[in-house]
Amino acid sequence: MAAKDSKAYALWVAFILCFVCSVLVTAAAIALRPVQQAAKLDDKRKNILSVVNLYEPGIDLDKAFEQVTPKVINIETGEFAPEIDPANYNQYAAAKDPSQGGSTIPGDEDIAKIKYKPKYATVYFLYNPDGSVKTVILPISGYGLWSTLYGFLAVEADGNTVVGINFYQQSETPGLGGEVDNPNWKALWPGKKIYGDQGQVALHLVKGGVNPDSPEAGHQVDALAGATLTSNGVSNLVQYWLSDAGFKPFLDRIAQQHASVADAQPAT
Amino acid sequence: MSEVSIKKIVTEPIADNNPIILQVLGICSALAVTSRLETALIMCVGLTTVTAFSNLFYSMVRNFIPGSIRIIAQMTIAATLVILVDQTLKAVAYEASKPLSVFVGLILTNCIVMGRLEAYAQSNPPIPAFLDGLGNGLGYSAILVALATFRELFGSGKLFGFEILPLVTDGGWYTPNGLLLLPPSAFFLIGMIIWIIRTWKPQQVERPDFKIQSGQPHVDAH
Repeated sequence: MAAKDSKAYALWVAFILCFVCSVLVTAAAIALRPVQQAAKLDDKRKNILSVVNLYEPGIDLDKAFEQVTPKVINIETGEFAPEIDPANYNQYAAAKDPSQGGSTIPGDEDIAKIKYKPKYATVYFLYNPDGSVKTVILPISGYGLWSTLYGFLAVEADGNTVVGINFYQQSETPGLGGEVDNPNWKALWPGKKIYGDQGQVALHLVKGGVNPDSPEAGHQVDALAGATLTSNGVSNLVQYWLSDAGFKPFLDRIAQQHASVADAQPAT
Repeated sequence: MSEVSIKKIVTEPIADNNPIILQVLGICSALAVTSRLETALIMCVGLTTVTAFSNLFYSMVRNFIPGSIRIIAQMTIAATLVILVDQTLKAVAYEASKPLSVFVGLILTNCIVMGRLEAYAQSNPPIPAFLDGLGNGLGYSAILVALATFRELFGSGKLFGFEILPLVTDGGWYTPNGLLLLPPSAFFLIGMIIWIIRTWKPQQVERPDFKIQSGQPHVDAH
């Protein structure tokens, strides 16, 4: 073995050290991956349930999730795509894969800054006891300040009223943009109307607080204090995913169906 | 090794030589993760584990590491432990690890970890090095827990998420202090803790770098 201060010895020691450390890291990553994925899936289910207020700490997730029916839809037409199994479909992976219908979004349309859009999306249904749709839960994503925010937006069967919103993955500034996770802020969303008179997406965030007397107040949510860029990101992603390029065709179909059900059963 | 010295190595960094309040190291994470007690505790466990075990493992191999690459060797060992802690947290405490986001990964850049490796593990045998890392981790933890308790209790009226002081907004009587939920409040609190500790133990006060002279003109000038 070379002398302790020689270059060969230093390289040799560095190599052994790095090798041992990389084996440890790899082993941990592989051994823990199934547990991490299970934890992530549970967390996603929990977020889906909590956006429609069905989650409470300590409930049996598997059982609670039976109320929710995942279905894959064609975003462009708003129709169901029964040929795709929601259990095996990952729309965020498919968005980047042209063989699964993914495509790039032209720059001027890409207000949510997500670059790729999938052809199909997994939406989640909640049904009334009589089998009519109660709520639909839509996956949403878009770029904030530091990161892409991933979340869900729940909409009533009228296709226009927000039930709730949450983000299950984001790395915005803790305490500022990270407040998208704050329950008090999320509580501002339910009841807001998405579309304006001309069918345009009117829902957006406003700085400085919503004036309750404004005629627009029904479409407005307070922006996050100290987080202009994250707030803009949330506004943009809501605009994008509820527009014609996003879930509007699907929401229109749901609303039509809802209206015809309401006609068939006159209000009592 | 005598029992007295074991106790000294572990307890000295908690009050007499605390990494945060005497050495003023590891401040950034102390500001960032102390708005809730639960996240602060997870951070404490993470940092104490990394500091203790990186000291132990580095001390075990210290005699084989050439001086020219010792810093990078220390970082490799500490980085490996940080990744192990991060991966384990994501597996067993996924939800609790989310608010910590980048801060677990940033344990590596916490000055306490590198500081103890270079200052202690480099020149001491494994067992004392492990205890030194443990003690410094606990010293860091003591301050974090104190900060988080104060900030969560008076900032949101809760401890571990359970309501202690009923808030006005929920029909109670306590108006929370919103400043305590923002990072700067931890800075003020650390300042106050340093003030109190140094009043109690004046030997921790640093000597001034220079003294201002009295206003009398020099007689021998000109």
